[in-house]
Amino acid sequence: MSAGGNALTRSAPWRGTAWAMGKLGISGRMLVIAIPMLWLLVFFLAPFFVLGRISLAEAIIARPPYTPLFERGPDGTLTIIASLENYRFLLTDALYRNAYLSSIRIALVSTIFALLIGYPIAYYIARAPEPKRSILLLMVILPFWTSFLLRVYAWMGFLRNNGVINNTLISLGIIDSPIQMMQTDFAVYIGIVYTYLPFMILPLYANLTKLDGALLEAAGDLGASPVVTFFTVTLPLSLPGIVAGCMLVFIPAIGEYVIPALLGGPNTLMIGRVLWDEFFSSRDWPVAAAVAIVMLVLVVAPIMWLQSVQNRRGDG
Amino acid sequence: MTPNRILVAAGAAIAMQAGAAAADTVNVFNWSDYITDEVLEQFTAETGIAVNYDVYDSNDTLEARLLAGSSGFDVVVPTATFLQRQIAAGVYQPLNRDLLPNLDNMDPALMAAAANHDPGNEHAVIYMWGTTGIGYNIDAVAERLGEDFEVDTWDMIFDPEIAGQLADCGISWLDSPTDMFPAAFAWMGLDPQSTDAADFEAAAEMMKGVRDTVRYFHSSQYISDLANGETCVAVGWSGDVLQAADRAEEAGQGINVWYAIPREGAMQWFDMLGIPADAPNPEAAHAFINFIMKPEVAAAITNYVWFPNANAAAFELVDEDIRTDPAIYPTPEVTETLFTGVTYDSRTDRTVTRLWTSVRTGQ
Repeated sequence: MSAGGNALTRSAPWRGTAWAMGKLGISGRMLVIAIPMLWLLVFFLAPFFVLGRISLAEAIIARPPYTPLFERGPDGTLTIIASLENYRFLLTDALYRNAYLSSIRIALVSTIFALLIGYPIAYYIARAPEPKRSILLLMVILPFWTSFLLRVYAWMGFLRNNGVINNTLISLGIIDSPIQMMQTDFAVYIGIVYTYLPFMILPLYANLTKLDGALLEAAGDLGASPVVTFFTVTLPLSLPGIVAGCMLVFIPAIGEYVIPALLGGPNTLMIGRVLWDEFFSSRDWPVAAAVAIVMLVLVVAPIMWLQSVQNRRGDG
Repeated sequence: MTPNRILVAAGAAIAMQAGAAAADTVNVFNWSDYITDEVLEQFTAETGIAVNYDVYDSNDTLEARLLAGSSGFDVVVPTATFLQRQIAAGVYQPLNRDLLPNLDNMDPALMAAAANHDPGNEHAVIYMWGTTGIGYNIDAVAERLGEDFEVDTWDMIFDPEIAGQLADCGISWLDSPTDMFPAAFAWMGLDPQSTDAADFEAAAEMMKGVRDTVRYFHSSQYISDLANGETCVAVGWSGDVLQAADRAEEAGQGINVWYAIPREGAMQWFDMLGIPADAPNPEAAHAFINFIMKPEVAAAITNYVWFPNANAAAFELVDEDIRTDPAIYPTPEVTETLFTGVTYDSRTDRTVTRLWTSVRTGQ
């Protein structure tokens, strides 16, 4: 009754607008959907098409440094200049294939380590009693308050030859000369796992807190040991959290540029760096655009696969 | 007022403000650690033009901004080899010599060398110049190669045997193919200005043979690493290495860094002051460039950044220990061995970048 009363007291202009929108066939529901759609259109789809269009051009010395899409001939005819040459070039040079493979490998290994480290932490936090749980959760989120760049620089201070780790080990007499850790793949893994660990923990935590304790009790009552209960009940039920966490780590890691640039060595080959070289050193925007498009496809494919895995689970 | 009218009025007000701001501001985009703040303050005090100063650390970054267009900068400082290509792309406007009376102060020989990249010096004047050589930790190198080893040689970088003895204390190379390939050519006895694909392949093959001795490829990290002893040998730019030497001395950790110009030949490069074609305030840009060419201003910058200027009238005003230092102002005999860079065409550029990636990554 009170809801109806409110509706009656709505001001006239609002009713007028609602009426006008109804006339035009625009419902409030559509408006709500339209805003994020518009956002995606302007900030994702449009740049993607600009990128796609540049990837079909050819690099020239000009401003901007690529051929125009349309060229007007002397007789006024309009010709479209586009070629897949840049994509063919990516296929013929082993560098790009190696860079993609190497990026996927680094992202995959980092994701596995983040999962192995993140799962027990998320599990522990989800099982912790309330006041402690909030504090633990805060400790996971707290590092975000410092700039990501500063935290990677802090790792440089730890891993350097005369950094904290080597100096401690030397003063303890465990090693004689410093272990080279900076400028190695090892440092890149540390950097990526450290940086993206919270992205693994948070979705896992959200999933594990919702886990129904009665199911675990039931498993126990039916004679399952804690280990068996974990692998037959907890783990399968937390799969959506695992998938979400893995996606949140894998996707940014595959295109990572900053961490390998700061911590990695000359042998660390990642697609982010190749992209930088094409854009800045070769000044070849079209090839850089093609590299980016291929990378986008490579990233979208595993997301869709994981999404379908999740959907199948949801249906079953 | 209807909402539309308000919007239009607001827009006009913003436009007027932007116009007013542009009239007395010059937007300068220069290399990091490449000027002293006093010079900028003095410029504003003398001309009433405020300076909006921003920095970059590679020619590539600058070039990407310029080629994208509407960079919003009035004065930029590319290296001459990059300037040449950017002029071809139509990035710069010709200088108005009537607004630059201080051009008379410039060293004619150096300006003639820069004219190889900018015929008639129509688009740019030299800001500072320098050489690409070797920064080294005096004690660490002497310990490994003996006190008598003469360090002014690319052997320290390219000879697998000698570089192998230095590798444990850390060697870094510039991540800049346009500096590294000419240096490799000089060591191999090839023409450092070669644009022959076969020469690039040979040099890349040679560099791949010693890349195991390289700890990293980077164009600015080596300054602090040399200074705190993290590395002991670096291919670097003269003034940057000397800044590392200065920092090491200030730190007082007993680390002594110095700079050597290899006797096989080293690159002499010029950083040029230019005005983009779409600069919002070209008059202020000319005023700024003219101000930099004042002898006392050029000398003050050199005294601070330890890179030589190309201002003949400023030479006597530079601190004596800087102007007599052969690492900063090379002796005439050494100057004979220096060579200038060349601008590669697009195809050579692609070859060079690809080969450099293969050197850097071993792929």
